[in-house]
Amino acid sequence: MTRTVTDAWTVAAKDLRCEMRDRQVLNAAISFALVVLLMFSFTFDPNTNVEVRSLSGGLLWVVYLFAGVLVLNRSFGRETTNDSLEALVAAPLSGESLFLGKTLASFVLILVVELISLPVFGIFYDISWLPRFGQLLPIFALGGWSFAAVGTTFGAVTARNRMRELMLPLLLFPVCLPALVACMSLTWAVFDPTAVAETGPWLRLLVGFDVIYTLLGMLVMEPILTSG
Amino acid sequence: MSEPAILATGVSKYFGDFPALLDVSLEVAPGKVLAMLGRNGAGKTTLLRMFAGLSRPTQGDISFPASSGDPDDRRGRIGIVGHGTWIYDDLTAEENLRFFCKLYKVPEAGSVVAEWLSRVGLERFRHSRAGEYSRGMRQRLTIARAFLHKPEVLLLDEPWTSLDDRAVELLSSLVEEARETNSAVVICSHQLREAIAVADEVALLNRGRLAYRGPVDADLRNAPQSLYERLP
Repeated sequence: MTRTVTDAWTVAAKDLRCEMRDRQVLNAAISFALVVLLMFSFTFDPNTNVEVRSLSGGLLWVVYLFAGVLVLNRSFGRETTNDSLEALVAAPLSGESLFLGKTLASFVLILVVELISLPVFGIFYDISWLPRFGQLLPIFALGGWSFAAVGTTFGAVTARNRMRELMLPLLLFPVCLPALVACMSLTWAVFDPTAVAETGPWLRLLVGFDVIYTLLGMLVMEPILTSG
Repeated sequence: MSEPAILATGVSKYFGDFPALLDVSLEVAPGKVLAMLGRNGAGKTTLLRMFAGLSRPTQGDISFPASSGDPDDRRGRIGIVGHGTWIYDDLTAEENLRFFCKLYKVPEAGSVVAEWLSRVGLERFRHSRAGEYSRGMRQRLTIARAFLHKPEVLLLDEPWTSLDDRAVELLSSLVEEARETNSAVVICSHQLREAIAVADEVALLNRGRLAYRGPVDADLRNAPQSLYERLP
């Protein structure tokens, strides 16, 4: 168990260090999220239509999911440059460690994108998010982890595929739908407590989703990577 | 007689309906260098990848009798130089080697990394990103990455392809050192002369089958092409 965690941290630290060197993914994902939020703020003017504002939580998560794909595509994309994925598979590193390390690095990057986009979202949609930040943070964390866990699993599946940048969202989006709906509903409930009758089932769904896909990813990572 | 370092028993590998390897059985003893030869597409790399745990046999079994049953323990004893460099361009030479030291649980990683950087002549460039290296420097870093955990089994896939003279010399000395320290070495190559020059034994793969297996003798060293005349 200790070894799994230590190895996972080694992989995550390596991924984050690589990302900090060029910031390719962070710059792309943050820019993408901000541009989409800006575009939608013009398309659906929240100052003239209050209903649009209540739907903006949903918009926020769609933006996060799309920006998350940029992060997730790079997670295994980075390993294909010098075939370094082979080095990870050949190393004394369990599939569980590799999955957890990759998921953790992607999760951190997705969370950074979420946290940087949130104030901009607040400005564009005239939403006071700061007093509700404590409620939003766990939703962001659980939602970010769900995208990272599913994306890492499918990232491994598509890692050696030439069309991986197209394949990953095609696989990721349908599977992430329950988590996406839960995140939307929970975020909506934070911004408008009268809008969602009960948040408990959505929260349980999101936690259950994270647990199931984390365990599944840990289980299937090694067979996926050695199946060639 | 000591247990073989690698034991392949009846190994077959199919990609769809295509048989890349058919019923291959061989073993490599510790302290021996096996040259696995054959033309392109003979199945050499496929077999080497299975030795490394990068792929699984469709039939048959590959075992490492000298290692415990723990797959992590087995993989920790293997060093590979493959087609790719398997290094990270965004990390420096030192960071690359430190990362692999952590994965391979190399004790005293700091001194091991310093020793290998010096050995492969990259000490002065330890803080430069690998992506900024010349091809030769990257190859030397690759060699350091493969050897730093003192592997008991060395798998070298077309090791002389695209190596500069300095890297060839370094690799040859490391293979010799590995033999002296009782490591088993498998060299996959279609370059008969270079492979036979360093090998103790030769295995010839032909269309996925093990066509010949035997020791390297003086006749073979003098005329490597004669290997093909030994085919049944």
